[in-house]
Amino acid sequence: MAEITLKNLVKKYGDGFPAVNDISLDIADGEFMILVGPSGCGKSTLLRMIVGLEDITSGDMLIDGKRVNELAPRDRNLSMVFQNYALYPHLSVFENIAFPLRLAKGHHSEEEITSKVNAASDMLELNEHLERKPANLSGGQRQRVAMGRAIVRDADAFLFDEPLSNLDAKLRGQMRTEISRMQRRLGTTTVYVTHDQTEAMTLGDRVAVLKKGLLQQCASPRELYDQPVNLFVAGFIGSPPMNFLPAQVDGATLRLPFCDVEIGADLAAKVEGKDIVIVGIRPEHIKDASLDDGVQGAAFTAPVDVTEWLGNEQYAYIPFDADPAVRAKLDELDRDLDGEGMRTQIVVNLDARSRIREGDDESFVFDPALMHVFDPESGDCLTRDEAKAKAIAEESEADRRRGLERAKARESKNATT
Amino acid sequence: MASQDIKGTKPYTLLAIPIIIWTLVPLLWTLALSGKSPAALASANENTLGNFWPKDWTWDNYALIFTGGASDLFLPALRNSVVVCLSATVIGVILAMFCAYAIARLNFPGKRVILTTALTVSFFPVIAMVTPLFDLWTKIGLFDTIPGLIIPYLALTLPLSIWVLSAFFQAIPWEMEQAAQVDGATTWQAFRKVIVPLAAPGVFTTAIISFFIAWNDFVFAISLTSDKARTVPAALAFFTGASQFEQPTGGIMAAAVVVTIPVVILVLIFQRRIVAGLTSGAVKG
Repeated sequence: MAEITLKNLVKKYGDGFPAVNDISLDIADGEFMILVGPSGCGKSTLLRMIVGLEDITSGDMLIDGKRVNELAPRDRNLSMVFQNYALYPHLSVFENIAFPLRLAKGHHSEEEITSKVNAASDMLELNEHLERKPANLSGGQRQRVAMGRAIVRDADAFLFDEPLSNLDAKLRGQMRTEISRMQRRLGTTTVYVTHDQTEAMTLGDRVAVLKKGLLQQCASPRELYDQPVNLFVAGFIGSPPMNFLPAQVDGATLRLPFCDVEIGADLAAKVEGKDIVIVGIRPEHIKDASLDDGVQGAAFTAPVDVTEWLGNEQYAYIPFDADPAVRAKLDELDRDLDGEGMRTQIVVNLDARSRIREGDDESFVFDPALMHVFDPESGDCLTRDEAKAKAIAEESEADRRRGLERAKARESKNATT
Repeated sequence: MASQDIKGTKPYTLLAIPIIIWTLVPLLWTLALSGKSPAALASANENTLGNFWPKDWTWDNYALIFTGGASDLFLPALRNSVVVCLSATVIGVILAMFCAYAIARLNFPGKRVILTTALTVSFFPVIAMVTPLFDLWTKIGLFDTIPGLIIPYLALTLPLSIWVLSAFFQAIPWEMEQAAQVDGATTWQAFRKVIVPLAAPGVFTTAIISFFIAWNDFVFAISLTSDKARTVPAALAFFTGASQFEQPTGGIMAAAVVVTIPVVILVLIFQRRIVAGLTSGAVKG
């Protein structure tokens, strides 16, 4: 149980490139913090700085208020699950899990070690594999052994470095819920690195989005989704990603590729003086107008290029030509998000009932209030509502505390019965 | 797939057979000679398979080197060989292990210099070093002593051991060690409890190679020793026959067979340990 505080952490490599640049984070006791970003954003480096495998160039790293910058990994009392598991192939599963306990010489008797390992293997359902060697285990089992090794001792925090990226999709889903359940049950502070936004959204109490070593936004998944601070966060969070459309500013009107939208006085003041802005609309906020779901607002007609029907939902793709003035910005954003720089298109997440077919001109409708507007130069979100964001943050924090208390109550009840 | 594999290996099998015969015949010839009586050595009539195998196998030659006239020469030499080679191997492997680990894991100035020097030294013709070494050894009193042989053997085996071991260490994922450190191990504990067991096949391989190099060496053995520290390969050259005009062929061959036996035993014991791939299962796989 510990809180981890990062103060202006910087990691510079020999060539002076800052892999981690001035990152400050407060990770509360028992919190599940996710570090997420595209490849090369410095998230793994940051995690390795926390655990002590990577030197800190400048800044302070505190565990429970104590500065640990100079401490060796073994003195920080953190446990880590590596991306490739890093199991000891010459030891059985039991000995792999017992390894950290055996290293703490004199602290544990043989019975204590056995009971602790058995408790961990019970939790991870590894009981029938304890005598086997890691080489004979499947990917999911190896993953569980690595987790067993992390939870067997009373570490102050768990650190995960993309633990699920080597598993297939189905197993990944199962292990994701397993990790979530385990973290709630143990109530241990956890820092989890991933490049997968689904993992980030589903697991995290809070998510820190990084880009090129810089912290973009650290907030609850809900806040990231509803109130992103900039273009990058908006584009990174959500699947399929948010649609970005260029819009010409004409007083209180935004001219989008397929329609014009009236905006309120507040926003009009913010966009005043700009020729062009970028408008972001989530795919699920655009509706099929013919379904008449009571959505009022901006309606437009556009040719549908491709549709994908998935049973519970369907996607429609509408290609459009981006204004050359913002084209460069959108391309850059796409590169930042590890994209391929493909054609610009609008993705619409439609109800499965919709009869929209590819090749036709179809009519759509969306609520302009759900629209995000971004400054094309800085990428800042102009429609972010601080009051709302604060409310969401408080709500999620309250949810988290309730969840932890519930887990603790359940645990103590189990202990007494 | 399987049938294709068998098909694919057939030419190699065909190619391997002449090579095996080529390398095996001298050894069998040695064995055959060690069992021949002086009469059989001189006359083809006493032998079968075209003068190859003795009709009457005799143990006289073995008796000669263990209990007979040549035992004074052979037995001390055998003892010297065992002591010198085992010491050179143990010291060499331990030194090479530390050196190779540093080379594989650390970045320090002069790393490339060490590696290239090691390689250059192993290319250096041994015979060119013998005369100066002989002069030096006689001056500082190392001539004809056990350490006087161990030191040159270390110089001979270390470069190779360092290269082989550093390749093995490099193949062990960094994460193994980092995981151990996060689990609470000191650098030394991580090395001893994780890296060394994982590098065991490499350690055995280098140990055996170093042992063979030292065990089979003739040039140093004959030049740097007299009668006190002489090893078997050198001692064989001093075998004498019953008379000045008779070559002690049988005795030499028997001794050659005897000194080959430890080598064969070592390979048989350790061949299973020299399989790479002990690290399988460490990482995702």
